[in-house]
Amino acid sequence: MQQVRVRPFAPLAKKSQDRVAGFRELGSDGGPWIEGYLSIGRRSIPKVSTRIDRRDRLGALRVRLGFGRDRYRILPGLYAVGSPGTDSPVLVSANYKLSFDTLRRELGGLDLWLLVIDTKGVNVWCAAGKGSFGTAELVAKLGQCRLGDIVAHRELILPQLGAAGVSGPELRKESGFRAIWGPVRACDIRAFLAAGKKKTQAMSRVNFGLGERLLLAPIEVVHAWPALLAALGLGFLAGLPFAPGWIGRSLSVAIILAGSVLAGAAGFPALLFILPTRSFSIKGAFLGLLWGALASWAFALPLGLAAGLCLVSSAVVAWLGLNFTGSTTFTSPSGAAKEVERTIWPAAIGTGAGLALAALSTALRF
Amino acid sequence: MAIAIKTRRYVGNGTSLELAAELCVGCGDCVEVCPHGVLALVDREGGREGAAGRRLSSEVIAILDRAACMECGACARNCPTSALNVKAGVGCAAAIINGKLRGTAPNCDCGDSGCC
Ligand code: SF4
Ligand code: SF4
Repeated sequence: MQQVRVRPFAPLAKKSQDRVAGFRELGSDGGPWIEGYLSIGRRSIPKVSTRIDRRDRLGALRVRLGFGRDRYRILPGLYAVGSPGTDSPVLVSANYKLSFDTLRRELGGLDLWLLVIDTKGVNVWCAAGKGSFGTAELVAKLGQCRLGDIVAHRELILPQLGAAGVSGPELRKESGFRAIWGPVRACDIRAFLAAGKKKTQAMSRVNFGLGERLLLAPIEVVHAWPALLAALGLGFLAGLPFAPGWIGRSLSVAIILAGSVLAGAAGFPALLFILPTRSFSIKGAFLGLLWGALASWAFALPLGLAAGLCLVSSAVVAWLGLNFTGSTTFTSPSGAAKEVERTIWPAAIGTGAGLALAALSTALRF
Repeated sequence: MAIAIKTRRYVGNGTSLELAAELCVGCGDCVEVCPHGVLALVDREGGREGAAGRRLSSEVIAILDRAACMECGACARNCPTSALNVKAGVGCAAAIINGKLRGTAPNCDCGDSGCC
């Protein structure tokens, strides 16, 4: 636990900091992104830095690779950016540190309030789907932070993707605050505010571009490690009975299988919109078949083994592709349910038949 | 660009999206929250006479692009008159399989871990 150096604007006794609603833990784990405290009446509100430092970047890298994501959170509550007053806008955000960093780095030079609600360290989009970025939590935080005492207006700027969890009409009824739906992406927030809280069409659409998809690839690969291990194991088995030349065969089988896992985890997200049809499993099967055929041809494998591996590879990529529906921002539950139903048996049978064919071909040499 | 947006579609998208046009008051809030431009306000056709002589709004919501709807539920949640209805849920395969195995509703098992 590192010591946090804060530069209080008005010297505050530790005890009175503790009393500020929601910030009991800030003294011990406030984080270096707190650059001071703003005194409003008898309250002191932590002031957020808008600069991202090396530690934040390392943290982002770490969670992008899938480590410690559930602990990457900040304390919910009310924060200040710049020197906000009673008329300054209020932005609402989730308490996932990566989302928080993405937002605060866009806020340099602005004066506003930041209400961070407790989404258990989950980003806005997923938390809204699960309901933790929801009306009840928002209303509760508004009460705890007594936001009504701090600002004169009754408007909250919420991330548009939070609308799946927060109901504007209910919020108004229960708290008197009106929801204004801000842009989907944090990088548009400055333009949104400058335009008098008006969005362009592009600001309100999710598009899931190549960059966004590639950011997801590392975590897909990390999550696929058991499959990679299995690929290496099967490759080794393909070497049986270890007659001369087994190393070459083992290696090529292992590379094709491991390659299919990588194709599913990294190639699939990258090529998502190039692959044919709308169905993720068909897209995946196509990519797997392509990889299996190309690689078998490159290694000049016997026909039976090649056909078996192609089957396995297309089943594996189809399956991983289907899994990627969890990371996209445009797949519906109806569609995903339908696809799971349609894919589960063909993929299982394909894998089984492919493995059997590959084993037979290795044993009988055809 | 039109092509790029068209491809962000998925099988079965929007199956459960329902609209009760006579309830719609034309406030446009659902258009505001939809991340895929599925909905739009259009002129109400066939008169503004509702049931029990109620006067309907001159504009009404239309479902323009059902195949782009990801069933997030934002529109239904933010409609003041419940004119829209959608079976929202977790749209990922892993969640559906988890749900099937345990016989519960789809749940993506990422719990509080910020997985998605
Ligand atoms: S469910 Fe979501 S994507 Fe579908 S129309 Fe409503 S807001 Fe748009
Ligand atoms: S939010 Fe409801 S009432 Fe308002 S325009 Fe949409 S469907 Fe109609």
